[in-house]
Amino acid sequence: MSWITNFLTSSIGRKLLMSLTGLFLILFLIVHLAGNFQLLKNDGGQAFNEYTVFMTTSPLIKVISYGNYLFILLHAVLGITIWLKNRKTKGKTSAVASKNEDVTWASKNMALLGILIFAFLMLHMGDFWLKMKLNQTNMIDYGTGPIKDLYENVYNSYSQWWIVIAYLVGLTALSYHLWHGFASAFQTLGLNHRKYTPIIQFVGKAFAILVPLGFAIIPLYFKLFIVD
Amino acid sequence: MKLTLKVWRQKNNKAAGQFETYNVEANEHMSFLEMMDVLNEQLIEEKKEPVSFEHDCREGICGTCNMVINGQAHGPQKGTTTCQLHMRHFKEGDTITVEPWRATAFPVIKDLVVDRSSFDRIIQAGGFISVNTGQAVDGNAIPIEKDIALKAFDAATCIGCGACVSACPNGSAMLFTSAKVSHLGLLPQGEVEHSRRVLNMVAQMDKEGFGMCSNVGACSAECPKEISLENIARMNREYFKAVLTSDLK
Ligand code: HEM
Ligand code: SF4
Ligand code: FES
Repeated sequence: MSWITNFLTSSIGRKLLMSLTGLFLILFLIVHLAGNFQLLKNDGGQAFNEYTVFMTTSPLIKVISYGNYLFILLHAVLGITIWLKNRKTKGKTSAVASKNEDVTWASKNMALLGILIFAFLMLHMGDFWLKMKLNQTNMIDYGTGPIKDLYENVYNSYSQWWIVIAYLVGLTALSYHLWHGFASAFQTLGLNHRKYTPIIQFVGKAFAILVPLGFAIIPLYFKLFIVD
Repeated sequence: MKLTLKVWRQKNNKAAGQFETYNVEANEHMSFLEMMDVLNEQLIEEKKEPVSFEHDCREGICGTCNMVINGQAHGPQKGTTTCQLHMRHFKEGDTITVEPWRATAFPVIKDLVVDRSSFDRIIQAGGFISVNTGQAVDGNAIPIEKDIALKAFDAATCIGCGACVSACPNGSAMLFTSAKVSHLGLLPQGEVEHSRRVLNMVAQMDKEGFGMCSNVGACSAECPKEISLENIARMNREYFKAVLTSDLK
């Protein structure tokens, strides 16, 4: 084996990949949320639809989005294999659960939370990305030629309660995943410092609450104020 | 005080093992091990097999008195080994569950005794420094910044008990290995073999079949020496540095 495969298959190497892909996904969440906030503009969807034209045609965004799919898959597959391996190395667990208060529930359930997030992503991609790819989208013209009315797809999805609730469940799982994952990624990279770690932990917890909350506002706002 | 003990009994590595329930009469001044001694005397009088458990120093420095007590490695008292845990932390009538370390890399030999030779092999892989024998060197010949000396000393307090592995839901030995890497690597005396040490110790740790760290922190929380997670971060970055910048393959 070359030193590179040795490195990337070592326990610390695999965790490095988890950490880097996780941090990339965190960056992606910020960009994704910033774009989505245009759904909240009261303009019948014009700003959002114009923004999606840019997102679906820019070659740079194309490269980033394929990278994003690859990283999500890598993160998920690696995460599940790490989890399976760890269950083997743990073997029998003690009969009584430890009452240790220093340990968060999220940190011990990252794989379960990840699987929930993955299930949510499947629903989410099927609902928007697949429908767009299969051309199940109407066209709309704001005076600059016809473009896809993705706003209408969003509207139709978020008028169904079960979808709104599935989103809330998925985002709650994401929130817990980040509650542990954000700061954990820095620790994995070896960035633990008496000055910076408390700041990283604070930012991580704020991020874990505010970002999923930001995403959750959109379907709720549609269902409660626009549709009904 | 009257106590009910549920103790893990296992004849040998191949046997399945199960809990047996015993009643013992202890007093609050006893250490947990002294209470276990009372149980064993009782069992011997009843012509039954006493419970096997390891112990040596009984003063918190050898790292052998390993038991999972009510689900926690070394019991409920923070920063305390089983031998230093006193019965005053339990109440009359309590039921206490006692198990061996739980991790595949620590197979049970008998009852509460596990085989921790995997730790020895990790140490053999790099937990040493090379020094010239002969005249003892002046203790202060090499100046070391106080802060660094303290960090190295904190890491050096690890007694190699293995509580971290048992406490970890992943059965990971990162806290132990990182304590050893840090205690030697932080000091100029350990600088010479530093890159080689971190590479070899991590490789051996993986080979022994320990799990991967998820930064849960149960290790540090249940470690009798309260070894800090800072050491794991240090080992990770030293590992990256050794892989990416040294000539070692
Ligand atoms: C947008 C979605 C996601 C984000 C932002 C994210 C982020 C993160 C971050 C930052 C970590 C910490 C890495 C570390 O400790 O070094 C992590 C860990 C983890 N993630 Fe994700 N993740 C996402 C989706 C998923 C999915 C879909 C799965 C699995 C199906 C998953 C499974 C895991 C597992 C198992 C771990 C723990 C690995 C370990 O520490 O042993 N994640 N995630
Ligand atoms: S790090 Fe703590 S729990 Fe682990 S072997 Fe050392 S002293 Fe024991
Ligand atoms: S008997 Fe030595 S540490 Fe407990």
